[in-house]
Amino acid sequence: MKKLLLLGDEAIAQGALDAGLSGFYGYPGTPSTEIGEYIQDSEQAKKRAIPRTWSANEKTAMESAMGMSYAGKRAIVTMKHVGLNVAADPYMNAALTGANGGLIVAVADDPSMHSSQNEQDSRYYARFSLMPALEPCDQQEAYDMVAHAFDLSERYHLPVMMRVTTRLCHSRAGVTRTAERAENEMCKPSDPNQFMLLPAFARKKYIKLLEIQADLERESEKSPFNSFTDGNDKSRGIIACGLAYNYLMENYPDGCPHPVLKIGQYPVPRKAIAAMADSCDELLVLEEGMPLVEDSLRGLLNRSLKVRGRLDGTLFQYGELNPAIVRQALGMPKLPSRELPEVVTGRPPALCVGCPHIDSYQALNEALEPWGKGHVFSDIGCYTLGFMPPYHAISSCVDMGASITMAIGAADAGFYPAVATIGDSTFGHSGLTGLLDAVEKNANVVVIILDNDTTAMTGMQDSVVTGRIEQICMGLGVPEEHIRVINPLKRQHDENVKVFREEIEYEGVSVVIPRRPCIHLHGKKKTSGGAK
Amino acid sequence: MKKDIILAGVGGQGILSIAAIIGYAAVESGMHLKQAEVHGMSQRGGDVQSHLRISDDPIHSDLVALGGADMILSVEPMEGLRYNPYLSEAGWFITNTTPFVNIPNYPDIEAVLSEVKAHERRVMLDADSIAKELGNARGMNMVMLGAASQFIDLPQQKFEDGVRFLFGRKGDKIVNLNLDAFRKGRALAAEVG
Ligand SMILES: Cc1ncc(C[n+]2csc(CCOP(=O)(O)OP(=O)(O)O)c2C)c(N)n1
Ligand code: SF4
Repeated sequence: MKKLLLLGDEAIAQGALDAGLSGFYGYPGTPSTEIGEYIQDSEQAKKRAIPRTWSANEKTAMESAMGMSYAGKRAIVTMKHVGLNVAADPYMNAALTGANGGLIVAVADDPSMHSSQNEQDSRYYARFSLMPALEPCDQQEAYDMVAHAFDLSERYHLPVMMRVTTRLCHSRAGVTRTAERAENEMCKPSDPNQFMLLPAFARKKYIKLLEIQADLERESEKSPFNSFTDGNDKSRGIIACGLAYNYLMENYPDGCPHPVLKIGQYPVPRKAIAAMADSCDELLVLEEGMPLVEDSLRGLLNRSLKVRGRLDGTLFQYGELNPAIVRQALGMPKLPSRELPEVVTGRPPALCVGCPHIDSYQALNEALEPWGKGHVFSDIGCYTLGFMPPYHAISSCVDMGASITMAIGAADAGFYPAVATIGDSTFGHSGLTGLLDAVEKNANVVVIILDNDTTAMTGMQDSVVTGRIEQICMGLGVPEEHIRVINPLKRQHDENVKVFREEIEYEGVSVVIPRRPCIHLHGKKKTSGGAK
Repeated sequence: MKKDIILAGVGGQGILSIAAIIGYAAVESGMHLKQAEVHGMSQRGGDVQSHLRISDDPIHSDLVALGGADMILSVEPMEGLRYNPYLSEAGWFITNTTPFVNIPNYPDIEAVLSEVKAHERRVMLDADSIAKELGNARGMNMVMLGAASQFIDLPQQKFEDGVRFLFGRKGDKIVNLNLDAFRKGRALAAEVG
């Protein structure tokens, strides 16, 4: 079969389609978004009428995927690393309920925080939940691992994590496909209580989960994705996880002289590591993210073997790996390289010229002038760029939904004005419950829902609240006369300032909805995924 | 043959189209390819780059090593300089000379261009003007692709097939405008190089 040129994300998507996927669930988030977009645009998915719309958030996506698994069919749920925090409740409990149809939780981490608030390593979640995890080193492995993950999931009746990082997600290479497998037939769980986590059941399930850990470790020991290549130079043994393997081999174009254990499947294959440790003078651990494997060696190797990695300072404890960093860790001299010329100036991302958020912030800034800066809690999306000069319009960006709830807390402290700005998609993701809290305690807050008709930051996905924001706010109990829709345009500036000012002065919950589509929306088609 | 290329520009300037066409030409010529792109926040007018690696042999890293690039291909002069540390000693610096000014503190353009001229092996084209003269203001990136194609040892035909592949959906007129831009860039680079 001819090779397809695919991003790592797309390889996962194509792998899932070919491995008998019946349902996609997810919420966009860089660098995971293209998994969903690929499935949504796929003819194969269309033909099979695979449900593939975006969910409201990662938690609802995870739970829907579990429902598909309950019904015996294969599901994949995708998210970025911080999305797994949102989905953590169902995710952790899914380790106890287990899976019926194969269930993959695909999580994309963002070391170096290219587009994220932190760089947490999702493998810790896999270890925490006691689920197996797979970590591909290239696009072909990303493709191949999906079928393997579904098999593992169905064999052990357990969800399986696929952990990828930015560089692989957004890098393209040729991928060879394997034959398309049929989807599962619908079938209820053979144990009718499989998904009942009443304490009496949950205790038994937890013990069972603990018991199968040894089997999962055996799976790791014999996994095709964990491979040992011996080398003559035993002064050092190298453990390379996921992508780090490529950076290692890049530095040894003629082959690595040291023994190398390549890891792509977890739990950590401890026997293989111990065997390598026995024959080497020291171990170097190369892993993208936090020092999970390195840390786990401490209790494992009960001897004074030197372990190098991120914990002993051989590598920085933060940030993404690359060929040069790994080269340094290998003790090789730096390649000659040129200087960065002094004239080069930073070019941070910015709101586009003509962006509706600009007009919203300019009016809001003017309305807030009497109180000075520091009154606007914000959230995550393009509108976070309102922090940048010349706007300096917002003072916080923490996690999706936090704008409204932080404003509530500040208002509780007597802070006035307490204003929140939140995008329409973020509002659908995690804003509704916060707004309900505000209504319940009649907090003195102004919630500004920046409705640009799309999820712009991640590339124009549909937003679940489009067309019903006012109805939602009314339903949650915001008084109708304090739900104000404005048009964020320069010529409306004075009027908009007045609306903001009136709602700031109103004591209680008010919502202002600046509504104008993102200027790029009609250029790029919206990804709705067709089949609902 | 091995070519490690850093493509540089500002979010929205079209470097991913260049990458897609080189990638197409390479794969159609039976080469291995890895191409890392930037998606996400930086695409909102920030600096973006793509690491493009083509080789007869399998490729390990998705990223080009510091000091390892055979070429920097930039659609904006300062953005190319940002990746100078990646350029090998014998590497080519190929850039559009029209600055993209979306920051208040954009440096003096003469200072930028004099840094570009510090590269012995370089191609400098005012690709914005060239594209405009061809009646295809948005074809700047195709002019730069054409220039770079002189230094990538793949058949011209494969690049042109790539242009057709990428723009085919938009109709013959757009395809031909972009082919013109590509050929013009290629011809101009032949004079310089
Ligand atoms: C828990 C979580 N999920 C996903 C993301 C990724 N993400 C960041 S911004 C954003 C979209 C915001 O869309 P919207 O609120 O409509 O604002 P816009 O970008 O359109 O202005 C997403 C999905 C995240 N940061 N955190
Ligand atoms: S992509 Fe749209 S919402 Fe985002 S900054 Fe640009 S115009 Fe604004």
